[in-house]
Amino acid sequence: MSELIISDLHVDVETETGPKNILKGVNLTIKSGEVHAIMGPNGSGKSTLAYSLAGHPKYTITSGSVLLDGVELVGLTADERAQAGLFLAMQYPVEVPGVSVANFLRTAKTALDGEAPKVRTWVKDVADALGRLGLDSEFASRSLNEGFSGGEKKRNEIVQLELLKPKFAVLDETDSGLDIDALRIVSDGVNRYMSTGDHGLLLITHYTRILNYIHPDFVHVFVDGRVITEGGAELAEHLEETGYDQFVKMAESVPA
Amino acid sequence: MNAIENNLQEAVETVESHRSLRSDAQSTGDSEQARSPQPQSHLHPTPSFNLADHPVPNGHEEIWRFTPLRRLQDLLDGEDAEGELDYKIDAPVGVSVSELSLAEARLLGALAPEDRTSAVAANKAEHVMRFDFAANTRFEQPLIIDITGESAATRAYDSYLFTVGANAEAAIMLRMNGSARYSDFITLVAGDGAKVNFVIISDWAEDAVQAGQFGISVGRDAHVKTVVATLGGSLVRLSSVAEYKGPGGQLEQYGVYFADAGQHVEHRLFVDHNQPSTYSRVDYRGALQGDGAHAVWVGDVLIRKVAEGIDTYESNKNLLLTDGCRADSVPNLEIETGEIQGAGHSSSTGRFDDEQLFYLRSRGIPEKEARKLVVHGFFADIIHRIGIPQVEERLLAEIEKELALVLG
Repeated sequence: MSELIISDLHVDVETETGPKNILKGVNLTIKSGEVHAIMGPNGSGKSTLAYSLAGHPKYTITSGSVLLDGVELVGLTADERAQAGLFLAMQYPVEVPGVSVANFLRTAKTALDGEAPKVRTWVKDVADALGRLGLDSEFASRSLNEGFSGGEKKRNEIVQLELLKPKFAVLDETDSGLDIDALRIVSDGVNRYMSTGDHGLLLITHYTRILNYIHPDFVHVFVDGRVITEGGAELAEHLEETGYDQFVKMAESVPA
Repeated sequence: MNAIENNLQEAVETVESHRSLRSDAQSTGDSEQARSPQPQSHLHPTPSFNLADHPVPNGHEEIWRFTPLRRLQDLLDGEDAEGELDYKIDAPVGVSVSELSLAEARLLGALAPEDRTSAVAANKAEHVMRFDFAANTRFEQPLIIDITGESAATRAYDSYLFTVGANAEAAIMLRMNGSARYSDFITLVAGDGAKVNFVIISDWAEDAVQAGQFGISVGRDAHVKTVVATLGGSLVRLSSVAEYKGPGGQLEQYGVYFADAGQHVEHRLFVDHNQPSTYSRVDYRGALQGDGAHAVWVGDVLIRKVAEGIDTYESNKNLLLTDGCRADSVPNLEIETGEIQGAGHSSSTGRFDDEQLFYLRSRGIPEKEARKLVVHGFFADIIHRIGIPQVEERLLAEIEKELALVLG
């Protein structure tokens, strides 16, 4: 049983004109086995939440706490947070020319486990994981994210999720840019990851579409750098009908 | 830390398309045809074997403006050689070795010097060492020449001519080690249909100075691949000059270099597309670190009026590993015909990409390991194209050494 507790998180982002406050006190608790959806309009700070949890150097946590099974993530580097059990599936996975997917996966697995994976089982594990996401084994020899289509990049993120098995995964708009078939394949992968019962998920999305495939236990509406309201899956259905406008207005009337 | 000039990048582009026809370009007189065409490049001086045609530069000349001339003044002045370097030659069966005069080498296709130091080397070298690969032969083993200098106080000149017969397949490796003040003048003549893999590794000690020209003549339908690895030396300046003897010739030129504190590493490449349906690719990549590390890359491609259907692309990338280093990267393209398949170039100079590092680290990979991956990746494309395992291993080991310097 794992627990990720985000308390009163305030985050600034570096801009050319100095730091700008984006997150204004985020509170969220995720237990293993739970799927939490964070939904909000563009510019509400959803991606900032994702990046600052993962430890991107551009974002500064000015106050608050992120506890993963009692380990304070604030102040840790990105690799230390990953080693504590956090994973971020990125909206725009970065190209790393000349580093093959296979080499990258093996290096990451070795870093997380503290020892190299067993060659025989690992090669098979990688091939199987690629296959489940509809990628052939040749994919492993390609340069990481270089020349990948948008769909391939997102599938590759989920391959990593399945192989690295973090305690908690943050999916930052993994659904964006996916056609309906790719969305189903990616969602199946996420559901496989969740099926073991010992993982927790924070699903960041703008649209309700992906929630038809990955069913949330909790939905949090994110406006102006904080959660403005929360509920169960029915809140997502409500959003689908009404949009974000009422919540934006609500945020304006309730100062942070 | 002092204010340090770094991350300076220069990208100058000269594109001349639709240049108006000149009267002499249309002339078809016999004398015009018989003579080897002179480069019409704006960026290159007229090549000549005559030393008097190459005045001692003052540093303002286009081809010398990046070079710290004082550090190779004696090689420019053309002072006499003070000694010879040590040679170890490992030649496969079927390669004949001989000594020629410069006049004989010219008849066999030695490409004229384009600058003062190579003209000095051509004229001052005692003789031209020729290595001839028999035609229609596939050479399994590479020709390996190890050149070793004893002292950076010793000035030496060398001249080489490599002739690879028609349809022969050959690999040539030139390795330079130790210390010297050295200027060399090299031509590779690849016969029609020949396949040549030519590797130059400048692995000098840190006080060595080298300037030289590497001329390449690509025969009809020949395929020439050159790999230049500049790993050491105080100052290394290599000018590559390439031209084609007939249509269908293919040229690939790859380079890997490391410039450490105080080193000046300069690569100049000129590809003269003087024949139709020819092909060229240039890809040089370097990593710089330490105060005063300076890398210069100048890539020029001339597409002559006659060169219809050609395809060219040149690229240079620099990775600045620390503060205090400087990379000048200047791609040029001179285009005299639009009837081509493709022409392009790119140049980039940057530091470690924070986004790449973050991506790798967000998967649990520690910073040091992540930096290693990025640097390996940066050079991987080129190293895997070399095609000679011992050279690939040597370069990978060198990357480890450079990484150890910067990452500890």
